[in-house]
Amino acid sequence: MIDLVAIRTVAAKEFRDRLRNRWVLAVSAVFTLFALVIAYFGAAQQGEVGLRGIEVTIASLVSLVIYLIPLIALLLGFDAIVGERERGSLELLLSLPISRAELLLGKYSGLAAALSMATLAGFGVAGVLLATRLPFAALYHYAGFMLSALLLGLAFLSLALLVSVLCGDRTRASGAAIALWFFFVLVFDLLLLGLLVIQGDGPAGSLLPWLMLLNPADLFRALNMFGSDELRAFYGLGSVLPDLMTQPLLLGGLLTGWIVAPLAVALWRFR
Amino acid sequence: MNPPVIELHQVERRFGTLAAVDGVSFRVERGELFGLTGHNGAGKSTLFKMMLGLLEPSAGSVRVLGTPTRGAAFRAVRRRIGYLPEQLALYDNLSGAETLAYFARLKGANAQQVVPLLDKVGLAHAAQRRVGTYSKGMRQRLGLAQALLGDPQLLFLDEPTNGLDPEAIHAFYQLLAELRAQGVSMILTSHILAEIQQRVDRVAILKAGKLAALGSVAQLREAAALPLGVTLSTSRPLTADELARLDRHAPLRQAADAGQLQLACPPLAKMALLAEVAALGAAVRDVRLAEPSLEDVILGYAGVTP
Repeated sequence: MIDLVAIRTVAAKEFRDRLRNRWVLAVSAVFTLFALVIAYFGAAQQGEVGLRGIEVTIASLVSLVIYLIPLIALLLGFDAIVGERERGSLELLLSLPISRAELLLGKYSGLAAALSMATLAGFGVAGVLLATRLPFAALYHYAGFMLSALLLGLAFLSLALLVSVLCGDRTRASGAAIALWFFFVLVFDLLLLGLLVIQGDGPAGSLLPWLMLLNPADLFRALNMFGSDELRAFYGLGSVLPDLMTQPLLLGGLLTGWIVAPLAVALWRFR
Repeated sequence: MNPPVIELHQVERRFGTLAAVDGVSFRVERGELFGLTGHNGAGKSTLFKMMLGLLEPSAGSVRVLGTPTRGAAFRAVRRRIGYLPEQLALYDNLSGAETLAYFARLKGANAQQVVPLLDKVGLAHAAQRRVGTYSKGMRQRLGLAQALLGDPQLLFLDEPTNGLDPEAIHAFYQLLAELRAQGVSMILTSHILAEIQQRVDRVAILKAGKLAALGSVAQLREAAALPLGVTLSTSRPLTADELARLDRHAPLRQAADAGQLQLACPPLAKMALLAEVAALGAAVRDVRLAEPSLEDVILGYAGVTP
């Protein structure tokens, strides 16, 4: 039996804490600022300044968000359980009528609400500012980008809570969180690219796109790929995706799986 | 007859090959103030955690308020117990009132209790201040208020007076006395034994995970048969003959030093020794008797001569 009141109580506290220490405000401001800067100055390298097409803008945003959001989510969540354990407040909490599962789900919900609010508010404000300058269809793509950024954040928050449950102390948990970020955001694609170069024509080459499903960051990238082949080339590795994997619902479902699976393991391992 | 509030039966807890708690059985009766003591690493914390259902015993059974700590039914019991942990960690960013409101919601206690409880522990003036600005003593009192949410029938207090000044300790025990008068049962640990020995009804002494002794402080003292400390102040150095006569009843513990003499007197030899002291007449200016403290009793049970 899961007690929703207990989950809501923990979630409300976590959320309120993040509002009160201005975490939500700060992260929203960073998102808004980056989105606007990229929209206006993203093409500065090519000697242009000003709004470009939505595809190029989103492509630039994606390559930024893919670094930023996982890092923010991991930093937000790694402390959730291990911090209470290390400070000694976990024992007191668990002596109350609340189960470990409820505590974990409460923590996740509260932090997820804070992260979602920051993502939606941050990119939402930028979206509103851009809305007057862009066609309606572009806003549709932009909304899709926001939604996928949200899912990406929630997936890495889920990984962060898994780290928080598994690690014995905060130092180790922060190390593990940073290691996960390096692996999924920097190392993973390099490994795949290396494999592609070595085994491009072999059987492993055709397997490669499927291996991308093992990385929530790559799923996010794939979700935001649409438009011309030219643009696809812009994404590098993403251009090798078979057609099946350009289905937003499928990709979104897989990314949701990355939210559920780490959290499920965390629930199982939280003893 | 009322059932006991805590019932331990052959409780055992192993960590790998180490038996942190090994075959411990005892009961805490309703309305009792029960002390749990022993050296660091004797198994107090492990036992406490098992009684709170935070840790499962490797063998044996633990029942609290008549309910096994293993199993879903214990959840309801958690509403009726209060716990003040030794390493009390609260949330620095919340105010005292918010802290209690948070725990009240988790415990399913009435939020109306927050203000009276803060008042009860003397924190009404600081209710709206952040806990981060609280002194150690104020935090401890807030911790106690937290434990009292939901009017618990049984309190678990782990080193509750740790870090409090004497005045606060006095106020703390006064509050415990009030709660006892209302019929609340309590189990507490303390390493400051002098502090609990006059207050607990019974005490259990743990040694290397086993129950070394159990009973009232008077019973333990009697059973341990520890010598009384006797200090004589003399107006002149005693002769060898006089010293030998004293030594027959109570061995000389320390050589005479500037008119002071210390003896270790077995409880049963007390009157005979005092008769010898009286016979010395004016040579003795003063006699002081020191009953063995609970500390000595525990050291005795732990195998160290006081």
